[in-house]
Amino acid sequence: MLKITNLVKRYGGGDPVLKNLDLSIAGESVVSIIGSSGAGKSTLLRCINRLVEPTSGSINLNGTELTSLRGKNLRLARRKIGMVFQGFNLVDRLTVMENVQSGRLGYISTWAAMTRRYPKEDIRRAFELMERVGIAHYADTRADQLSGGERQRVGVVRALMQDPDILLADEPTASLDPKTSEQIMGLLRDLAGELKLPVVINIHNVTEAKEYTDRIVGMRYGRIIFDDKPAMLDQAAMDEIYAGSPHADRSGEMADAV
Amino acid sequence: MSPPRDTWKKPPLIANTTLRWAVYLSAIAYFGWVSLSMPIDWNRVAEGIGRAGKIFGGAFPPSFERSELLIDGFLESLKIAVLATAGGVLLSIPIAFMSASNMAPRPVFYLGRAIIIIARSFHPIIVAILFVKAVGFGPFAGVLTLIVYSIGFVAKMLAERIEEIDFGQVEAMRAAGAPYLSTLFYAIFPQIMPRQIGLTIYQLDSNLRASAIVGLVGAGGIGATLANAFGRYDYDFALAITIVIVGAILVSEAISGIIRKRIQ
Repeated sequence: MLKITNLVKRYGGGDPVLKNLDLSIAGESVVSIIGSSGAGKSTLLRCINRLVEPTSGSINLNGTELTSLRGKNLRLARRKIGMVFQGFNLVDRLTVMENVQSGRLGYISTWAAMTRRYPKEDIRRAFELMERVGIAHYADTRADQLSGGERQRVGVVRALMQDPDILLADEPTASLDPKTSEQIMGLLRDLAGELKLPVVINIHNVTEAKEYTDRIVGMRYGRIIFDDKPAMLDQAAMDEIYAGSPHADRSGEMADAV
Repeated sequence: MSPPRDTWKKPPLIANTTLRWAVYLSAIAYFGWVSLSMPIDWNRVAEGIGRAGKIFGGAFPPSFERSELLIDGFLESLKIAVLATAGGVLLSIPIAFMSASNMAPRPVFYLGRAIIIIARSFHPIIVAILFVKAVGFGPFAGVLTLIVYSIGFVAKMLAERIEEIDFGQVEAMRAAGAPYLSTLFYAIFPQIMPRQIGLTIYQLDSNLRASAIVGLVGAGGIGATLANAFGRYDYDFALAITIVIVGAILVSEAISGIIRKRIQ
């Protein structure tokens, strides 16, 4: 259970990117977050695993308060939060297996990581997952030899190797062609069901959001203005999420402040 | 409405006309003063040509008679270059990380940059003179000199490479809860490794050259052999040494070129 309360993120002295945001994600649901660029989707996701430092508010994952963690405790908490990236963020010059095993770096010693002596059960798990997503035959191939869709599968397997309690996906299909993109979305949905894993996906493609996820959260300029089942996302709601300018929104806020 | 302009001139580098002419005129005046005030004694130039002719006359044919001395000197230079490269490159890696703005906190970054600037600001000859004074004549002074020289170049180039890595890979390791050193080994070293190997080979090549030069001021190696040969007016032996140096540098350049092409 992920519970975000009153989350604020402000870069420098400007307008906050996230404004007193509340969001709860329970069970194994697949949630998509939609909204135009600059709405704060990516910042929200990165606040959860603290790649971005929240300014104030609370983020609680299965009873652990994430916002106050430091050092080793932060690393231990991050192990339980898998992340899939838009640009895949694979280590190009390493093999697929090394990339997959890098999801275990929080569990194994630096020495074991350096010498590539991975535990047997990790290797078994890696082959299982790679088999599941259809990349097992690439284990010895360098990551930069793969196509975009294959690379993102490596990204997904790497995140799953962490044995996470939740999976965050930051625009996982934005660098992919439409067909591959649908395959990856289908994969994320199916894996969420198989592994009983809640998944939060930032996504620009509303059609895919509707088709592959159980719940849609619509963000605009740091606020959640829609949160419901995909069927409830009608044209009016879409207009509200994607229309309007930051300026209009800010002046509204000024009026509120007065 | 006025007709469109049909003339255009490139705006001058210095917009202020007075300042522009002042800069031009003072530059011309300085050059004039420099060339007039520099003491060039044409008589000595004429004598010098004769002496140069004598030196070259004495140098032909080159003498390989004392080839033992030559080989010893050359092997010592090679040892100096190899040791200095190994030491310099090993020290360069932590200094490069200190000097990469995306890796190190501000104070550490400034310390790293300061080390590089100091290592770069003195020509190896000057550093060699200092080390020869400090630890005495011989190859050890040469090794220390070339370690400083290697740090100045390798650490700087490596720091620049570290600054342009794809940070997404680092982010991915952090997101997985990887500790600092594991992140270094998985996300950063693979990205900088090709550059690191290329720099090491280049530096070995460069140190071999420099080791001949620092030998002239007493830091060991074939440079010392060459300095001795000149001191004793053995111009034919000196020419032999020079030929060997040129040959060795050509060979090492060819080899390093081949290796660097391979690791691209």
